[in-house]
Amino acid sequence: MVVGTRAAAAPTNATEGGSRTEPTGRLGAVGARVVFEDLEKRYGDVAAVDGVSLDVAAGEFLTMLGPSGSGKTTSLMMLAGFEIPTAGEIYVDDRPIAAVPPYRRNIGMVFQNYALFPHMTVGENIAFPLKLRKVKKADIQRRTREVLELVELPGYEARYPRQLSGGQQQRIALARALVFDPRVLLMDEPLGALDKQLRESLQLEIKRLHERLGVTIVYVTHDQQEALVMSDRIAVMNRGRVEQVGPPAELYDAPQTRFVASFIGESNFLDGRLAGIEGGVAQVEAPGVGVLRARLGEGLASGTDVAVTVRPEKIVFAEEGEGSDGLNHERNELDATVEDVVFVGEMHRYEVRLTGGQTLILKRQNRAGVRRYERGDSARVAWHVADTRLV
Amino acid sequence: MSATGEARQGVGVGASPRARVRPARAARRRVSLGQGLLYAVTGLILFYLVFPIFVVIPVSFSSAKYLQFPPPGFSLQWYEKYLTRSDWTGATWLSVQVAAGTALLATLLGTLAALALVRGRFWGRDLINAFVVSPMIIPSIIVAIGIYFFYARIQLIGSPFALVLAHTALAVPFVVVNVSATLVGFDERLEYAAMNLGANRRQTFLKVTLPLIRPGVLTGALFAFVTSFDELIVALFISGTGAVTLPRKMWDGIRQEIDPTIAAVSTIFIVLSVLVLVSAELLRQRSERLRTAIPTQVE
Ligand SMILES: Nc1ncnc2c1ncn2[C@@H]1O[C@H](COP(=O)(O)OP(=O)(O)OP(=O)(O)O)[C@@H](O)[C@H]1O
Ligand SMILES: [Mg+2]
Repeated sequence: MVVGTRAAAAPTNATEGGSRTEPTGRLGAVGARVVFEDLEKRYGDVAAVDGVSLDVAAGEFLTMLGPSGSGKTTSLMMLAGFEIPTAGEIYVDDRPIAAVPPYRRNIGMVFQNYALFPHMTVGENIAFPLKLRKVKKADIQRRTREVLELVELPGYEARYPRQLSGGQQQRIALARALVFDPRVLLMDEPLGALDKQLRESLQLEIKRLHERLGVTIVYVTHDQQEALVMSDRIAVMNRGRVEQVGPPAELYDAPQTRFVASFIGESNFLDGRLAGIEGGVAQVEAPGVGVLRARLGEGLASGTDVAVTVRPEKIVFAEEGEGSDGLNHERNELDATVEDVVFVGEMHRYEVRLTGGQTLILKRQNRAGVRRYERGDSARVAWHVADTRLV
Repeated sequence: MSATGEARQGVGVGASPRARVRPARAARRRVSLGQGLLYAVTGLILFYLVFPIFVVIPVSFSSAKYLQFPPPGFSLQWYEKYLTRSDWTGATWLSVQVAAGTALLATLLGTLAALALVRGRFWGRDLINAFVVSPMIIPSIIVAIGIYFFYARIQLIGSPFALVLAHTALAVPFVVVNVSATLVGFDERLEYAAMNLGANRRQTFLKVTLPLIRPGVLTGALFAFVTSFDELIVALFISGTGAVTLPRKMWDGIRQEIDPTIAAVSTIFIVLSVLVLVSAELLRQRSERLRTAIPTQVE
């Protein structure tokens, strides 16, 4: 257990500025490495977690992202020690922690409903982990004060949790989880109960704290936007398994499965058959549309059924791209009819129908010089082969 | 007995205060006749229920030598007699001791039982729950006869300790019901949070769980105390000559010496019961306050 407080050292670090840290971070020695090895949790016939392997680097911010019931909470509960894995092992800094009871794991946790003790003041809530660790009274007071400054609620010691707003309670829960210097911090949908604006400002605040403290964070959310904004890496969960792990940009631009492509951001899918490979480019036959070219996915053989996927903002109406950025070769071009236009503020969102009956979504910026198409217009849509993936 | 039993249960479980809905103005006139009838009937029932109190309390201050209503004059002689006769004070003191012992034992056992019955996931849980609560439903006379034969065989008749044991069996359901009610609404994540912050199971229970369920535990303890304190039937069977409790003494008294001392004792009893019920209600309100998120003044 680290008794000295990092909160005291933090202000000096903050002056270095908030540049984005590498996963190992400049205070990298503080966070612990967390490894899930073939982790499994069954409830009767249901596999809540079904063979999860993850390697979270010391000081990394890793987000588990997935729909409801995908096993995110169960994974966290096993790491915190409240659920016992059916199979597999968890290592913190290369030591297996199966035999360590929850109260000795020294892993901080922020619960979705904050779980502040209603019968204790803010000060008593924050002092709780310190008292259990027999920290001296004067030190408890000092560290409580420091951590409250860290979460920007100085002087709130005497309040009761019920006298705080949701956002304030969230910060106190964070302060309580940080005050005993855990090397790993778990957060289970900590912002789920807050409104959008508050959520966004707290996302940045938590990220800033992470960069300052260097603690390893395992964060759980089902909000893809939140995951993209905050994480060093994202593990996309589906039905108790990890579908794909990687930095936000990689998951967005190179999804390996249809699930990942549709769960993170919006995607178009065109079903087809892999006809062949030409110069490292996959040729896919889509019924009624013709041959589409795409970047080759891993381990796909000719003749297999595949889906071609492309993001809505990567598709253009054909005449605007021509000549300007060299899109005209190396791209897929198709005839289409505009089915629907929706104005969403900074964008127009078009739904177009292809000759094979499939529909595509595409988005165009709302600015001068971008032609607006109307419902029923014929158009030619195009997108770059490099923006086209197979899943 | 059954009436007070239900009252206790009702207050303990604490039906949350219903929002008082005002009838719309148009509707109010139409129902006014029915409402008048309702008020009249309700008033009659209430009067019937509290009527004995209107007789007993005045009689306890009577200047007459015998039970007589209305009393001819005011006097504190019966209170004086009650307080100076050692058989009355002895019985009272014994009752207090037995009730305290019962409250202690029943609260301990009942709280633990409630924890197991609410939290536990084991086979036959509902069955055990019904069994634990059964003394509340089974007629006292049946329990009393059973206890009497059993205690006679192991020669426990006439011992205060035996009374504590028997009363505990009767009082445990009240503790279980009250503690369960607070436990059902208890957010177990608070316990997870405590453990996550470094508290072992014992520390978690003492510092987080117990303070939060305390209102239910205290209410249960109060009801356990009263259950024992005014219990007559079991006492009739097993108190023998060595452990005469206050209700038992009153029972004997009313057959041997018909004077208003009984009324004085009853008045003291009534005041005590009202105090207990008021405390229980205050505790319930306190626990409700702890749970709501509405900002209130710091206590
Ligand atoms: N105690 C339990 N008993 C039985 N099944 C459970 C239990 N806990 C979780 N499950 C099941 O395990 C699966 C994963 O649950 P988990 O709570 O980990 O999902 P999650 O990803 O956190 O979802 P959410 O986003 O809704 O919180 C679900 O199908 C759930 O029904
Ligand atoms: Mg969850």
